Amino acid sequence: MTSLLALDGVTCIRGDRLLFEGLSFALSRSDALWLRGPNGAGKSSLIRLAAGLLRPAAGTVVRRGRVALIDEAAALDPELPLRRALDFWARVDTVDGHAVDRAMAAMALDPLADVPVAMLSTGQRKRAAMARVMAGGAPIWLLDEPANGMDEAAAAQLAAAIATHRANGGAVLLASHFALGLPDLAELDMGALA
Amino acid sequence: MTALIALFWRDLRRAWGSGALWLPVLFFLLVATAFPFAVGPDAPLLRRAGGGMVWVAALLAALLPIDRLVKPDKEAGVLDQLAVRGFADEVIAAVKIGAHAIGFGLPLLIALLPASALLAQDGARVETLAAGIAVAVPALASLAVLSAALTAGHKGGSAIGGLLVLPLAVPLLIFGAGMLDPSGRGAAKLLSATSLLLTVIGPFAAGAALRGLRE
Repeated sequence: MTSLLALDGVTCIRGDRLLFEGLSFALSRSDALWLRGPNGAGKSSLIRLAAGLLRPAAGTVVRRGRVALIDEAAALDPELPLRRALDFWARVDTVDGHAVDRAMAAMALDPLADVPVAMLSTGQRKRAAMARVMAGGAPIWLLDEPANGMDEAAAAQLAAAIATHRANGGAVLLASHFALGLPDLAELDMGALA
Repeated sequence: MTALIALFWRDLRRAWGSGALWLPVLFFLLVATAFPFAVGPDAPLLRRAGGGMVWVAALLAALLPIDRLVKPDKEAGVLDQLAVRGFADEVIAAVKIGAHAIGFGLPLLIALLPASALLAQDGARVETLAAGIAVAVPALASLAVLSAALTAGHKGGSAIGGLLVLPLAVPLLIFGAGMLDPSGRGAAKLLSATSLLLTVIGPFAAGAALRGLRE
């Protein structure tokens, strides 16, 4: 079975600090890998490497399929109502409005559709970013602390969204301080790599 | 393609949203209004110097919004999201240059009429100015996006942004203002050539600068 995301012998150096070296793993359809470890262990750097935003100092990263990314920035225009901000990415991802409808419903964002993104709370913005990922329909999800600022209900919606994505054959790379109560989750302790 | 059109409209909407459309126009008119007060109401002098002043004002109007061309997109993660989707940095830069060219170029050409009146430019000179600025707008937009991309990683970078591109903008000023000189017949062709060169280089140079922002 070909993997959706494969890292082979990847070494990451930030500044002049070696974060990890010779890291290899592969995510196939329906796989999920939880990156754990203390702050500064290189979780976010690994996510950005997997996304192609950073180049590895050594090794290769192979992605087969489109990628959706959540990082600390929501990438939604603050002056726009939430719905229109999400519609922009739907047009960029060339998916139709129904995908946005479904994603907003799944993250319980319908009541916020007309609220400008600038007015949203941290947790609401994370939910909106998650809706952007879900609506995009990419098979590979790279989630960097997706539950930051989320309340319990939202975290449960996030967990359900990840489960649905995996059931549909998607792969998830998750960097998080906690496991989000996800079942059947492979772990990679970044703190043990240094 | 729909994605690129969506990107283009987003940039244009952000350029023109919340009254920002009038910012370069007002700035341009401000210079045109202040200049006669500074040099005095000597019509022949105004006519001779005013054309060059229009060109300087056009250059500064293009550089005026460079702190919001790239930096907000970098900070909001929009550039990262586009890179993740596989858009080439050069393509993103080209879309931004196109949107900026329309975003400030169109209002600028409209503002040229009252500005020319304030600077005592007659009909023929206004036509020459409009033609020259229309030719130079893509190059000015290229320079603005390039300096915006180069300075997006620095705090307070927009202040040095203008300095960065000034050497590249000087040929535009020389040939653009040179078109107004009756003896400067080759100026229009040289302006076109300079503008074409800068417009072609712009997306690649700005694209490389965008790529550098990620490291």
